[in-house]
Amino acid sequence: MTDPMPPAPDSTVAAPPRLELRGITKRYPGVLANEGIDLRVAPGEIHALLGENGAGKSTLVKIIYGVVKADAGEMLWQGAPLGSHTPAQARHLGIGMVFQHFNLFDTLTVAENIALCIEGGGDLKALAGRIAEVSGRYGLPIDPLRHVHGLSVGERQRVEIVRCLLQDPKLLIMDEPTSVLTPLEVEKLFETLRRLAGEGCSILYISHKLDEIRALCQSATVLRGGRVSADCDPREETPKSLAEMMIGRELPVCRHREPPEDGAERLALDGLSLAAEDPFGTDLRDIRLTVRAGEIVGIAGVAGNGQNALLAALSGERRAPPGQVRLGGRPAGHLGPRARRARGLAFVPEERLGRGAVPGMTLADNALLTGYQKGMVRHGLVRFERTRAYAQEVVDAFKVVCGGIGAEARSLSGGNLQKFILGREILLEPALLILAYPTWGVDVGAAAQIRQAVIDLRDRGAGILVVSEELEELFEISDRIAVIGKGRLSPAKRTRDTGVEEVGRWMAGMFAPALDEGPKHVA
Amino acid sequence: MSPEVETLVAILVATLRAGTPLVFAALGELVTEKSGVLNLGIEGMMLIGAVAGFIATVLTGCPFAGVVFAMLAGTLVSLLFGFLTLTLLTNQVATGLALTIFGIGLSAFVGLGYIGTPIQGLQPLAVPFLGEIPVLGPLLFRHDPLVYLSLALLAAVAWFLARTRAGLVLRAVGESHEAAHAIGYPVIAIRYLAVMFGGAMSGLAGAYLSLVYTPQWTENMTAGRGWIALALVVFATWRPARVLLGAYLFGGITIVGLHIQAAGFEASSHLLAMLPYLATILVLVLISRDATRIRLNAPAALGKPFHPDA
Repeated sequence: MTDPMPPAPDSTVAAPPRLELRGITKRYPGVLANEGIDLRVAPGEIHALLGENGAGKSTLVKIIYGVVKADAGEMLWQGAPLGSHTPAQARHLGIGMVFQHFNLFDTLTVAENIALCIEGGGDLKALAGRIAEVSGRYGLPIDPLRHVHGLSVGERQRVEIVRCLLQDPKLLIMDEPTSVLTPLEVEKLFETLRRLAGEGCSILYISHKLDEIRALCQSATVLRGGRVSADCDPREETPKSLAEMMIGRELPVCRHREPPEDGAERLALDGLSLAAEDPFGTDLRDIRLTVRAGEIVGIAGVAGNGQNALLAALSGERRAPPGQVRLGGRPAGHLGPRARRARGLAFVPEERLGRGAVPGMTLADNALLTGYQKGMVRHGLVRFERTRAYAQEVVDAFKVVCGGIGAEARSLSGGNLQKFILGREILLEPALLILAYPTWGVDVGAAAQIRQAVIDLRDRGAGILVVSEELEELFEISDRIAVIGKGRLSPAKRTRDTGVEEVGRWMAGMFAPALDEGPKHVA
Repeated sequence: MSPEVETLVAILVATLRAGTPLVFAALGELVTEKSGVLNLGIEGMMLIGAVAGFIATVLTGCPFAGVVFAMLAGTLVSLLFGFLTLTLLTNQVATGLALTIFGIGLSAFVGLGYIGTPIQGLQPLAVPFLGEIPVLGPLLFRHDPLVYLSLALLAAVAWFLARTRAGLVLRAVGESHEAAHAIGYPVIAIRYLAVMFGGAMSGLAGAYLSLVYTPQWTENMTAGRGWIALALVVFATWRPARVLLGAYLFGGITIVGLHIQAAGFEASSHLLAMLPYLATILVLVLISRDATRIRLNAPAALGKPFHPDA
């Protein structure tokens, strides 16, 4: 352990670490999630837990918080050993946790949500006062009386943080807190965290975003494949060296080339407006966008700003007036998914199991679901040899790790299943490919492979639309970028003419919606 | 008092009595569903409560003992349902249906020797002076104690859910069991309690039928009221006040149908028997069309099994 002691007020004496883990091991059927993990967090320190998806970060913090029990190893809190504990006991000790998937109740108010976590929180009026006081002190404005379903994702996170702060935490665990925030919100969050650390609260910060960790944290524990692969001071590392610790090799780089200037129109949205189906959803308002052959258009935005309605309107799961959606220059808003696919549309949805693939069906059968156009069905009968050949082609071309094409879709890891679904669509050589969150939950290596496959498809002349929250990814692969916010779409700007700052401002809602996107690119 | 007013008062009094078992059963199911558990076995639990209460009354001669025994019996079968669905994680819909079929069979079997046995049922209270007031007296002060209990319980449940911390926890568990578990609430234990409350209330509803409303034991005497109670909860969008409205609507139309027959109008008795079911569902469907309200009140985790380690 070479953790440098942080400049915290109470760390001059050799105080015991606030939290110490020794040899924590957790096994799930078929997976060793954590193996012999050692970790120390000093008082007032911001300590990073770094690792790819599936490296065991989430399991480890669940063990610390008492949601999951470890199979072996021990945990020390301020030098004293902890037996098995529940989340309630953890909170009592002063461990607060902000979950990646918020533990909030949509139909309850902010105050009610917080009352659920606080002992003696029965008096909602008094509690509302305390909430207002704490949220004011740490620059986290929220209205205690609002219902959670009406809050933005950033506001929901504030509720989670305030909920923790009201319990005077000594250790705050933040699980991937910035994955849902705009760049501006990230800055504000970091200010709050630094102030908290300055007051002596330790912070365990979980992330796979290297820049953030280098900007915020004083020490880091890197996990790879369930084990600690390194302990380091991230301020002294480069993103490259951190990435190598994290994935064990160098980050792959995508190949790129300039898109042709004026391709044929593949997709046009002409004033698309659609009321949300879900009463807590976002309505689409007057969306205008064109995707041409040979270009990748990225749509950035914080989740919950109308992406779901937009994707449903694009795939054909929801119908619109015919003229509002055009495919290949012809009205298609009234067509269902199958008719749109017949026009050359391919679609990779966000949920892999359930919408992208049927969990209990084999890969070959899943290939048939969208590949039926490729001569796999004759006179209403399935031609199994063709189906199997196609599935095998996908598996080979995209290096899908699986137990053969007879394996059930659910048996694949997230990254491999995504490669399979994407490969199934790409090998159909669609004229237009729509991707929702293509590398969500996919490890770095597979993500690079997926991005390269998408770029190759573009180079063969397809139009591609990518909806994602990962700004870095969108900047890497997109030729043009637009932002969706509160159901409106910004103009699509050439990637090289804009930057993270401008897109970040747009994500915070500061843009004039695209009024009329003519044949020329908006520059 | 003119005969018209007298008839009207009689109809209103009878309406309260006809609606009361539905209020009990629906209140119990409302609490159960608010915790995220869907128990389709109300009909079965009501029958078991009805027969248990009846037998206990025959044996002890005291209808109050019958009421208590009916609630115990209802709680016991609901515990069986809880063990199957919450501990063994069986499918709630299938288990609830099985519970209904089980309850119909068991109650018929146990009650075989008691068909036609006369009992002294629960008597209306006779409040001195107040009960003598014309119109208001019979309407408000001459009911059996269970009618008042049903109203008190309704108010208590409404207050519990909306105002107390325990009610907040119950709603939270029904909204998202993962989140409730993650912040440290004992999801399974809370659901057991809610299921048991539902069982006790169904037992009480059954006892009302066999000890007050009829009072006698006949096979399958609930005649689908358990299902109506279930429908009431959903169509009332999980709000106690609307459950009361629906229950009395059902009771009222049942009674009006009887009076129409008694007055000698030519109408098919089958059609009249159908009317309360049809009208209740129709009215409740019409008043609960607001999707946002449904989302706000419906327990989001309803019917979903919960396993803490998954």
